[in-house]
Amino acid sequence: MKRAVLVIICAIVGPVLLDRPIVEAQRGNPQPPRTPKAAAPIDLTGYWVSIVTQDWRWRMVTPRKGDYQGVQMTPEAAKVADAWDPAKDEAAGEQCKSYGAPALMMVPGRFHITWQDDTTLKVETDAGMQTRLLRFGNVQTPLDSARDKPAETRTWQGVSQAQWLTPRPNVPLQLRPADRAADAPPLRPTGGSLQVVTRNLRAGYLRKNGVPYSENAVLTEHWDLYKRPNGEEWLTITTQVDDPQYLRNVRLTAPMFKKEPNGSKWDPTPCSARW
Amino acid sequence: MGPDAVFGKVVEEHGMPRAHSQEPKAGFRIAVLIVATILSAAPAFAQVDLTGTWQRVGASDNGAAREPVDLLGMPLSADGRAKALSYDIAALSATERQCQMYPPIYAIVGPFPLQFVMVPDPVTQKLLAWKILGWGDRDETMIWMDGRPHPSKYAPHSHGGFTTGAWEGDTLTAVTTHAKLGDIKRHRGFSSDRATLTYSFNRHGDILTVTGILEDPVYLAEPYVLTEVFRLTTNPNNFPLTACEPIEELPTLHENPALVPHYLPGKHPAMNEMTQRYNIPLEAVVGGPETMYPEYRKTLKDKYVMPPPCKEGCGGPPPAAPPPPAGRGAGAGQPAGRGGAQQP
Repeated sequence: MKRAVLVIICAIVGPVLLDRPIVEAQRGNPQPPRTPKAAAPIDLTGYWVSIVTQDWRWRMVTPRKGDYQGVQMTPEAAKVADAWDPAKDEAAGEQCKSYGAPALMMVPGRFHITWQDDTTLKVETDAGMQTRLLRFGNVQTPLDSARDKPAETRTWQGVSQAQWLTPRPNVPLQLRPADRAADAPPLRPTGGSLQVVTRNLRAGYLRKNGVPYSENAVLTEHWDLYKRPNGEEWLTITTQVDDPQYLRNVRLTAPMFKKEPNGSKWDPTPCSARW
Repeated sequence: MGPDAVFGKVVEEHGMPRAHSQEPKAGFRIAVLIVATILSAAPAFAQVDLTGTWQRVGASDNGAAREPVDLLGMPLSADGRAKALSYDIAALSATERQCQMYPPIYAIVGPFPLQFVMVPDPVTQKLLAWKILGWGDRDETMIWMDGRPHPSKYAPHSHGGFTTGAWEGDTLTAVTTHAKLGDIKRHRGFSSDRATLTYSFNRHGDILTVTGILEDPVYLAEPYVLTEVFRLTTNPNNFPLTACEPIEELPTLHENPALVPHYLPGKHPAMNEMTQRYNIPLEAVVGGPETMYPEYRKTLKDKYVMPPPCKEGCGGPPPAAPPPPAGRGAGAGQPAGRGGAQQP
């Protein structure tokens, strides 16, 4: 009897604990791995517009020098910001310092998302005319050694490693809603979100008025899509900037975007150090 | 599907005759019990368990506005703008308004943590509702998960409103109706009792992002969308909901109880503060749907001149700690004064 119990436990628990594809493969139904593009649990492609209802005073206009409200900065960061000089940045050809990945999605503008290939999402912005490449799988530049890269290989948009996050296949019992209707269909986890980790950045500004992030900053984002019953699609990007050199705490923001039907309002504008 | 039915289905999948499952013996019952225990232990790793206290950690300026007239980026209708500019915060001192709570969006713009409690069905123990506990000036929010409908539009409205929710993957979406009128940005702008608030709650590890889409046919011309980021904490600083007791606060209201503090159109004394301090044009300060889109920047470019450098109230790093006093107890590695580590 004990043996029978053990066998049954293994038979039942196995599929729960193991990845489903492995179980399928053992049954003789091997399935080729799907590309990140084919496996995308959400469709992020299209044109998106920033909705600026938060931090308006620091995003829609260039804030005055020395205005650091809302930034948990270190004394070292304040020294850098106090020395902010847009003319100097222009002379150095660094007009794009406030368009680096840690700040880019907070810059008011539109962005266009497409699949560059089966493993790379391309995000283009009209404000600053920047391009982010969100790569799935193994990224050519090893992220672990990013700190050792010479400064000239660093870029405003850095190296971004992307990963789909999908809901667990089995919703825990006590989190399943108590349906009032007895014949309600079982809950089927759907959707998912995109996680992006970006390193190998060129040092830049979190805000146009010189609030800095260092080249060792690590940007972690979660892209969550929300479709409304009226057809609207909204995107929230939860953004964490981890930069112990210039930030006393991890900086967390969540800019939001609304999907647009087409690119008719796309307005490419080069970087500006002043506006 | 009950545990016996689950058991039978699994047995069938593994090629065992169904007859064995019809009267499970003790060993089989033990097996089912063990499996159920394992499965029920899963929420420890679940992304979607929202139970706990979530400390506000976002860096955005939700509710942090300093100037009384700061409607920047708010998609107010003409009525919404008029309502906002007529409002005098002293109105909250009127006896009949002192216990007036904020509307549901205050969960996003307010200062306190969100305390999530799971409310199980008393019989099945399945998820009946999520409750977000109230705090001093915000009523609790009960997010019904059992598919019940919203009440009739003629049903009474409350400060907390009526909320239903559903899972969409790992995202909890919730819709609130039947809330009372209230101010939506710490005394800057209002939502009416016809407003609808749609939330989405996204948990990623110990981070919770709440997005709120507020729609109001009375005071908003377009949806007002806000987000806030929270972190799960074991050391919360809560402000529990307690019974409100009105008292007389202002002598003027004592002398004239019929007085309703307000400003007449165009008479708000702080109307020009944002413009004077930040050089932001008045037409942007008073909000409107066009002000939240990127193209609005073009209309500002020729009007905006950067003000002189900030001298006070500028944020930035905290002042350097004073040197530790000489003498006993001030050895190396000791914190200089109370508080210790910086908190967000």
